[in-house]
Amino acid sequence: MTDLSDVFFLAISLVLSGNNDLLEIVALSLRVSLTAVGCAVLVGMPLGAAVGLGRFPGKNIIVLFFNAMMGIPPVVVGLFVYMMVSKSGPLGWLDILYTPTAMITAQFILITPIIASLTRQVIEDLHQHHAQQFRSLCVPRHVAILELLREGRTSLLTTAMAGLGRAMAEVGAVIIVGGNINHLTRVMTTAIALETSKGDLALALALGIVLLAMSLIINSAVMGLRNRAPSVIGTVS
Amino acid sequence: MWRIILVLVIFMVGWVGFLHQPLAQGKFIVLQSTTSTANSGLLDYLLPIFERETGITVHVVAVGSGQAIRNAMNGDGDVILVHARQDEDKFVADGFGVQRWDVMYNDFIIVGPRQDPAMVRGMEDAAAAFKKIALSKVPFISRGDDSGTHKMEMSLWRIAGMDPTQASGQWYRESGSSMGATINIAVETQGYLVSDRGTWISFKNKGDLEVLVEGNRTLYNPYGIILVNPKKHPHVKAQEGQVFIDWMVGAKGQKVIEEFKVNGESLFFPNATKK
Repeated sequence: MTDLSDVFFLAISLVLSGNNDLLEIVALSLRVSLTAVGCAVLVGMPLGAAVGLGRFPGKNIIVLFFNAMMGIPPVVVGLFVYMMVSKSGPLGWLDILYTPTAMITAQFILITPIIASLTRQVIEDLHQHHAQQFRSLCVPRHVAILELLREGRTSLLTTAMAGLGRAMAEVGAVIIVGGNINHLTRVMTTAIALETSKGDLALALALGIVLLAMSLIINSAVMGLRNRAPSVIGTVS
Repeated sequence: MWRIILVLVIFMVGWVGFLHQPLAQGKFIVLQSTTSTANSGLLDYLLPIFERETGITVHVVAVGSGQAIRNAMNGDGDVILVHARQDEDKFVADGFGVQRWDVMYNDFIIVGPRQDPAMVRGMEDAAAAFKKIALSKVPFISRGDDSGTHKMEMSLWRIAGMDPTQASGQWYRESGSSMGATINIAVETQGYLVSDRGTWISFKNKGDLEVLVEGNRTLYNPYGIILVNPKKHPHVKAQEGQVFIDWMVGAKGQKVIEEFKVNGESLFFPNATKK
């Protein structure tokens, strides 16, 4: 078995060498996962907030559905998207199989339930806190929703980061719909899977360390942003 | 809040615009390929030469032969490069492929621990070696994934007159994974396995496994290349796909296949009958 210190050395020299292939893979990972998270936030947060505040029949079933979807294996989502966008599938005419667009679609389906589910919880808890206040001040509903979203923004940011974490870490979905095509759909996780199946375990683990470093950088950037600019995304309560 | 949403939207539009750039460039075909041709480095060596000469980019989706054929049957690919002779012939006979071309071959090998507890080293008859492994109940790691290698292994068990799947989970272990992942398991469990020679030679985590049985006629491993039939799937890029096939079975492609070596060893031997 390879020495772990060798692996760390390999990871560092990979980054320092500015290897073009590695940069390309890192950039694509970020592009795919950030886009998927962006879309999932735009859809999942309003959806979660609406379900959290709404009172309608079947609400529990929707909540249950979202919670269950949080645990769906990426490979199942990958297969589902593959069957949809395959040339023999109903959406074959879109011509997006084996492109980053298909990978974004799969990750979007994977993380939207997480974001919707966690948002619902955050909004519901906050609403319980403020329900009486809103009622006594006769606050209109849309103002109340905006106020709750604003107040819960720290938790919601964490929610988005949880989605990003799942998107960047999954391999099962993107390897099926992306095909791990070099210079086109190869991302960090599929590159790691490829090196593992070539038996180059040291390189695979080194890539894993690079992925971890990326995650660290993104998370500390978000944390820094939150602490530095309290008036924009500041901490609340 | 609205400011944040606005920033997000601008950001996303930017990304999506960026994303579609690589799709706009030039001609390309999708090659559904078996893992051994990709993982051994052959395609990494060969495709840049082809792309320089013809201006056609080849997008390789490397999966097991079984899955490659199934994906192509769904129309998700223009050309397949696989090693599962019976399935290839069926693929063509059922109208999914235009014609099968011989392109190259190598052979399968039986790999096992250096100590060789089943004592099969140097045996001539691969099926007899299988029988010995089964009787000694030492771990045998099967691909178990319907790949070309898996099909070849199962045919050897049939010749040996045995059904190892009854011992599945005991000494017979089906990894359901790629060739490489299967070798990784065998390294850790001191198991036996069947590998194609290409993957084995270029594999970097061999542990103390060695080639124990080789050279038997039953271990012959031919690769075929087939254009997906545009009559079945009209969107298939038949023209570019045929350019690739002609190049592979032509003088230049055959020469490049012969030249490709890992650690001074040839991995694939060209055997196209055309030209």
